[in-house]
Amino acid sequence: MSEKRTGAQIMCEALIRDGVDVMFGIPGGAIMPFYYAMWEYRDQLRHVLCRHEQGAGHAAEGYARATGRIGVCIGTSGPGTTNLVTPIADAMMDSTPILAITGQVGSHVLGKDAFQETDITGITMPITKHNYLIKKADELPYVFKEAIHIATTGRPGPVLIDITKDAMMASVVPNWDIKLNLPGYKPNYQGNRKQIREAIKLLLAAKKPLIMAGNGVIMSGADGELRAFAERLHIPVITTLHGIGSIPEDHQLSIGMPGMHGWVHVNRAIQECDVLFNIGGRFDDRVTGKASTFAPNAQVIHVDIDPSEIGKNVKVAIPIVGDARMVLQALMDELPDREELAILHGNASDWLEHIREMQHQHQPKQQYSKRDEGVSLPPVDVYNALTQIVNTRGKYRIVTDVGQHQMWAAQLLDWYRPRTHITSGGAGTMGFSVPAAMGVAIAHPEDTVWAICGDGGFQMMNQEMATMIQEGIKNVKIAVINNGYLGMVRQWQELFEGKRYSGTPLSGPDFAKLAEAYHWKGITVERSEDVEAAILEAYATDGPVLIDFRVEREVNVFPMVPQNKSIGEMIVNASEA
Amino acid sequence: MKKHTIVALVQDRAGVLSRVIGLIRRRGYNIESMAVGHSETPGVSRLTVVIEWEDVEQVVKQLYRLIEVLKVSDVTNDPTVEREMVLAKLHIPGGKRPEIVALTEIFDAKIVDVGANTMVVEMTGSPAKVQNFIDVIKPFGIKEMMRTGRIAMVRGGRGHAAEDVLESNGHAPEQVPTMN
Repeated sequence: MSEKRTGAQIMCEALIRDGVDVMFGIPGGAIMPFYYAMWEYRDQLRHVLCRHEQGAGHAAEGYARATGRIGVCIGTSGPGTTNLVTPIADAMMDSTPILAITGQVGSHVLGKDAFQETDITGITMPITKHNYLIKKADELPYVFKEAIHIATTGRPGPVLIDITKDAMMASVVPNWDIKLNLPGYKPNYQGNRKQIREAIKLLLAAKKPLIMAGNGVIMSGADGELRAFAERLHIPVITTLHGIGSIPEDHQLSIGMPGMHGWVHVNRAIQECDVLFNIGGRFDDRVTGKASTFAPNAQVIHVDIDPSEIGKNVKVAIPIVGDARMVLQALMDELPDREELAILHGNASDWLEHIREMQHQHQPKQQYSKRDEGVSLPPVDVYNALTQIVNTRGKYRIVTDVGQHQMWAAQLLDWYRPRTHITSGGAGTMGFSVPAAMGVAIAHPEDTVWAICGDGGFQMMNQEMATMIQEGIKNVKIAVINNGYLGMVRQWQELFEGKRYSGTPLSGPDFAKLAEAYHWKGITVERSEDVEAAILEAYATDGPVLIDFRVEREVNVFPMVPQNKSIGEMIVNASEA
Repeated sequence: MKKHTIVALVQDRAGVLSRVIGLIRRRGYNIESMAVGHSETPGVSRLTVVIEWEDVEQVVKQLYRLIEVLKVSDVTNDPTVEREMVLAKLHIPGGKRPEIVALTEIFDAKIVDVGANTMVVEMTGSPAKVQNFIDVIKPFGIKEMMRTGRIAMVRGGRGHAAEDVLESNGHAPEQVPTMN
């Protein structure tokens, strides 16, 4: 094994050694040595040629979010790397483990404004978990190992390795005997036992406890433990946007999503609860509304693997730093036996009943069913048909974009399993869904992958439809919720800016024809009665399909908490707006 | 807003300062001073940052997110020895030199260069004493001045030796839980 290898060969071998089998990228001058080497390893390392580096980055994110494994994207120096900035920032916000590999100009011209030179490590410092500028081939085995370790452990996140062209071309004898040396990186997985006992004490004494499940539950694979814990204590569970799927929505303890577009009964329950147990969520402002008014009666228990999240937005009574799954296991170990718990169950049932009553009063989903005369396709009809059909047609994953259609998907579809709802949350990156769906489809070729997006987001990243054809990907179906507006912005303009529709009306090409041009099947739906048939046709088609749902143009997402207001102050439905 | 003195142990690597500074800059705060150099242990640097900040606990936690940061302490309320050094070039016509010589003696400062019409004085002391010295020499006409920024060390047995931090952290990463 003491043969010499080029830096680029070492990069390929390092990726293979860490279990990587697919990469999304685009070649260019500075990264060409890597592509030269890749050819040799093409049976082990599949390269997916994307049409835009942003697409490559989101595809890597989709792959990572659907599997929990590292997603890999590649760009050349200069614009190739700056195009990766958006997905890297997105991955940082949503704690998605991706590795960005970027080519850099030769080390002898570094810092001299060489052709396609950009200081990408400087640019991405605040939006990566860590990054590296590598100028020597012999550092590559260690750095790749460390980078993937950092990206996938603790609170996962994006890591970037920028490699100079000469480092990729230099030949060295690689040293694969690697012992990671990371004295400054010690994620704490086991929660503190004392704090865990305190948390149980607080939960057992609570009259109105709530569990809030976030991204951390999904990422650590803690859905089973979460359900068992909630059942043992009979505590209602709310799921944040990224916590969706951590408990099946037909479970008696699942009550739904909180926040800006959360259900009334969920937000009211938060405002009433006396103990809020947040596991793996970061109290994002879209969840809390005005943070100082959030859960005013609650003592908060916050479980997070990242200590800097605890106490950042909301005052915490009991902090627990640890991995969601391991902390839940420890909590279960410390629970008293069933007889003692039985006493608590009485109280908890009253509380759950109270929440269900509030839910019954507001009938949250029904507001969308009222329809004005002459409306041929309200968006709700698309979601109702989708949720019915996808749940009877085998395994599926749904990737959403950003905006109204995203909130409708979170509200109106029924969610049952972890890693089936994949979206851009923290960064709110329009254009995410189409390339991310490609990554998901490659990770799970047996599943049907739906990308649901608006006509705005779709037009930002639809070029990856060509990539999917070239790669022979058949299991992606795109549903464009096409209302001819940047709909969420228009909604804000309608509600808060006197309908001044500045910069929001949006035209597009005929999306079905565009799909046909990409060699996809394209279907246009304009009436409710055609929705079901179109979705069934998408399923019946052996290949990728796009459905252009031309929905009623000015429908709003309700309930809604206006920005910076308390989640207790909701606009419940259109008649209140 | 209160002024905070933060002492951190970081790995001595390219980019680490940039990461630390970037974290502070992100929130739009100005760094009053920062001093950095080798610690007693090779490969580890110790830095002292002085900033005005409301929520310094959050900054400390965020600094720990940086992979190369080993230890962060807010020593504002600890008993510390704090030192700063200043070099000042004064415009001094020949006749005024004795006055400066007298002042440097009072402040335990040093004259390190004498030119035809200039003198360079060096003074080390607590930040307050350094400021006091600067105020006193200002009327003579300061042509150039350079301050090192504050360095701070906790008195007595407290504080953190780099070697101890490395030891207690351990070099090898912890066992990672496996996914389902």
